[in-house]
Amino acid sequence: MNHNLMDLNTPSGLTEALLAGNRRALARVISHIENNTELARPLLAALYPLAGKAHIIGVTGSPGTGKSTLVNVLAGVYRQRDLTVGIIAIDPTSPFSGGALLGDRVRMRDLAGDPGVFIRSMATRGSLGGLAQATADAIMVLDAAGFDRIIIETVGVGQSEVEIASAAYTTVVVEAPGLGDEVQAIKAGVLEIADIFAVNKADREGVDRTVMALKMMLSLGVPERFQVMHHGRMLPVEIPQPQPESEGWTPPIIKTIATTGEGAEELADAIEHHRLYLEQSGGRVLRDRLRAATELRMILRDYLLEQLLDRTPHDVLQKTIDAVARREVDPYTAVQRLVHANH
Amino acid sequence: MERKVRVLVAKPGLDGHDRGAKVIARALRDAGYEVIYTGIRQTPQMIAEAALQEDVDVVGLSILSGAHMALVPRVIEELKKLGMEDVVILVGGIIPDEDVPALLEMGVAGVFGPGTLTSEIVATIENALGRELA
Repeated sequence: MNHNLMDLNTPSGLTEALLAGNRRALARVISHIENNTELARPLLAALYPLAGKAHIIGVTGSPGTGKSTLVNVLAGVYRQRDLTVGIIAIDPTSPFSGGALLGDRVRMRDLAGDPGVFIRSMATRGSLGGLAQATADAIMVLDAAGFDRIIIETVGVGQSEVEIASAAYTTVVVEAPGLGDEVQAIKAGVLEIADIFAVNKADREGVDRTVMALKMMLSLGVPERFQVMHHGRMLPVEIPQPQPESEGWTPPIIKTIATTGEGAEELADAIEHHRLYLEQSGGRVLRDRLRAATELRMILRDYLLEQLLDRTPHDVLQKTIDAVARREVDPYTAVQRLVHANH
Repeated sequence: MERKVRVLVAKPGLDGHDRGAKVIARALRDAGYEVIYTGIRQTPQMIAEAALQEDVDVVGLSILSGAHMALVPRVIEELKKLGMEDVVILVGGIIPDEDVPALLEMGVAGVFGPGTLTSEIVATIENALGRELA
């Protein structure tokens, strides 16, 4: 492909090139969106209607569980099944320097040179929940570009698990035996968001204890996933009536050894079962609505805040901060004053 | 919001000593860059493909093996094939002084030996990208 003839400076040029399979265009589009350049909105508007075909898989878990290696072998299985794979590997931005060390590609060298795989590393860039809106947009771009499977890999820290569950159709929580804390799924929210558990490093001591602990917790009953989404201040989403044929989904627990590839086929099969289950039960539609609600909320929140800050004079803002810091006024009253002020 | 600078740090060829490359990667992170570290035993094609997918501004090659005069031109060639000729290229490691002019001639923006301060690398990057130093 002659790169010189490609017009990679306009939204239409970039969109056309991306849809024709140009990977430079794909990479540039993701950058435009991540950096919120002036091309970002037109690109999003052009590509958003073309997305919605890919199956999106979230892979989360504590550091040290072998997520990147597992993603590597899972992608390999997909390639053997003739499916194309987009991977987004997320690492935290340092709150001190604003920089980030994005080292997940190191574990994915098997996939290098394969034109059916595209890997993008993204930093959280200080987004509050750990998963940036830019990530949701990058997923959409890979979807529009035609990848069959999109894998998002992230570190399980606090809220990011819930956010990844909102961005993905199937969430895989990776555990590993002997990491100290018995099972990290006990942490609030993680149990509810897991569609599949992968117990990696299954050749290690303690793997059966880990599996047992997970089974025990699952047998205690798991609230329906959409209940988790409704805690916290979501936009109200009507829950469609559950289909009578649908039996509900019990998260399977799959042992894997990512370094050898053992269990990778079973993991891919489980994801496939879940994909089909979502389609048949109406779960996919519900998740699309929950995702749309989450995205609207996030974008609305950022937009309204930006609008308010833009029209608030700098000194007024600083005086308000001073007043709250000195406890002359509580922050809620201060906010009302800022919102209703006429400048 | 100021755009983040993305840097790829890679070790081309067969040299497996990566401590220096990792130190630099972390130092550049502390300088505020997003650093994609791809590790050892990267072929020029792998480096160029990673640079493309990650849409980096800078590619830093760490070479301790002495094979820089063979490896650097091949990386530059692969980048050019993918339309990435604007990427800033830095070379670090063990590079004899007499090879530096040839490397700069090829288009390398900076050659950094052991003991280089992070601030020198940052200055080269900021200058090459035409940005104002903070």
